[in-house]
Amino acid sequence: MTVIVYTLVSESIPFFREVSPGEFVLGREWSALFSEKKFGTLPLLTGTFLTASIGLLIAATLGLGSAIYLSEYASPRLRKAVKPVLELLAGIPTVVYGYFALTMITPFLRENVFHEMSVHNALAAGIALGIMITPMIASISEDALYSVPESLRHGAYALGARRYQVVFKIVVPAAMPGIIASFVLALARAVGETMIVTIAAGFRPVLTLNPLEPIQTLTAFIAQASTGDNPYGTIEYRSLFAVGLYLFLIVMVLNTIGLAVSRKYSSRFGGAG
Amino acid sequence: MSGGWKLVDSWVPFLLSILLGIPLASLGLLIAGIVLAGYERLSTSFFLNGPSFDPDKAGIMPALVGSMWVVGLGMAIAIPLGVATAVYLTEYVGSKRVSSIILFNVNNLAGVPSVVYGLVALSIVGYQLGLGRSIATGAIALAFLVLPIIVVSTVEAIREIPVSQRLGAYALGASRLQVVLHVVLRQALPSILTGSILAVSRALGEAAPILVISGLIFVREPPSSPLDEFTALPLQIFNWITRPQAEFKELAAAAIIVLLLLLLALNSLAIYLRARLQARLPG
Repeated sequence: MTVIVYTLVSESIPFFREVSPGEFVLGREWSALFSEKKFGTLPLLTGTFLTASIGLLIAATLGLGSAIYLSEYASPRLRKAVKPVLELLAGIPTVVYGYFALTMITPFLRENVFHEMSVHNALAAGIALGIMITPMIASISEDALYSVPESLRHGAYALGARRYQVVFKIVVPAAMPGIIASFVLALARAVGETMIVTIAAGFRPVLTLNPLEPIQTLTAFIAQASTGDNPYGTIEYRSLFAVGLYLFLIVMVLNTIGLAVSRKYSSRFGGAG
Repeated sequence: MSGGWKLVDSWVPFLLSILLGIPLASLGLLIAGIVLAGYERLSTSFFLNGPSFDPDKAGIMPALVGSMWVVGLGMAIAIPLGVATAVYLTEYVGSKRVSSIILFNVNNLAGVPSVVYGLVALSIVGYQLGLGRSIATGAIALAFLVLPIIVVSTVEAIREIPVSQRLGAYALGASRLQVVLHVVLRQALPSILTGSILAVSRALGEAAPILVISGLIFVREPPSSPLDEFTALPLQIFNWITRPQAEFKELAAAAIIVLLLLLLALNSLAIYLRARLQARLPG
């Protein structure tokens, strides 16, 4: 951990001698690989959060829905059969999701829904990210729902509650910290994901919230810069580490929040998990 | 009114099962789409040739050998280091606080984006230690990327070993080292193997850190030493995906089929080994 921070910081220091941190964080233009260089990461940051939020929105719906179904409705046999399949989904390499987004999701959406969509766009990348992080949300949320003590359910039934009321007014609220933790951890995973967004979302660092346009994320910049020739010590090489440091800090903050929430939750029912 | 609520109660599970069906269906679509797009490209020359600007002559040989090298070397570092860390944490660290701080760090490492491992390895191993953009640098990046998987699975396995087995061994006069080697590690072996195979699958599919380290270079010959420049299977797939011509997308799909089959084989091996070793070991 210390080594990672030290390396990222020490490689970024020469960069921040030439570019002010204020411009780096708040600047609205990014053109690190052109001759006239601008180092404002705001477009990369909006690109990152645009794709990651689309992913989270999809994965939260699918993942939480799956988790509630598996924990509260599915037969033990179905539960046992489906969980390994979801794990399989989590084990698929991210280049494969990138291929899925670029050659299947985008052409499908362009033909049927958004005819004016670009070949590279934030929406298809976001959908693929969403499918990728769905198993993570499903698995953590399911653990949280499953560990809600049976006595809470019985108490609600004894008061005359219907099944959906028990599920949505008792079990889901009781498991809420675990569910929120799964959302935050999945968001961190989506923010740090590189290959899907590099393949499907494009290389255009533009400040936009339009999901049909090509954008660039923090990670996709690192990937793009790596495909070219960036000799050791140049400002392009340093900018890789500055962006890497920024990405690292964002992901670590999200992970710390996620882990803190889930730790708080695990002690709530006397370690019922 | 009560009829309406009954309706809600029967529709809710139906709607939820659709939400579960969507990710499962996408898995099916994804695999079907890839197999349809790529299977015609799977030929002997596809396995034996190197990259080429002519899609009919292009193949995955150097990428496949590169993957074997970088993953093999990475695991040769990660498995001993991961198991040693886990044994040290559970058997030798006296204070609960120290071991929980180390475990907290390991868990945090698991959340670091893989592309960051590529950057750090490039800077420290590639430039400061002078190994360049080589297999060795890639292997070290992958080793640290999968280290948390191995440490966590080993620690969990060791914690499940009953105290009675340790006490029994000590009662027979075994030294601490003997207990660690013959009781602890032997009992934890199935989990260590499973964890290691999961780590191999993770490392085999990683493209981002390899991209940062090796770039998109044109490697004609399979690498022959750890200091060679290299490409790996996921990176070759990325390279072909980014070409505009449809033929290269088919090649990418074919290479994805190979990668997915390798991962499937590894996972089946993990399940098989786990079942076999657990059956053999008493208690």
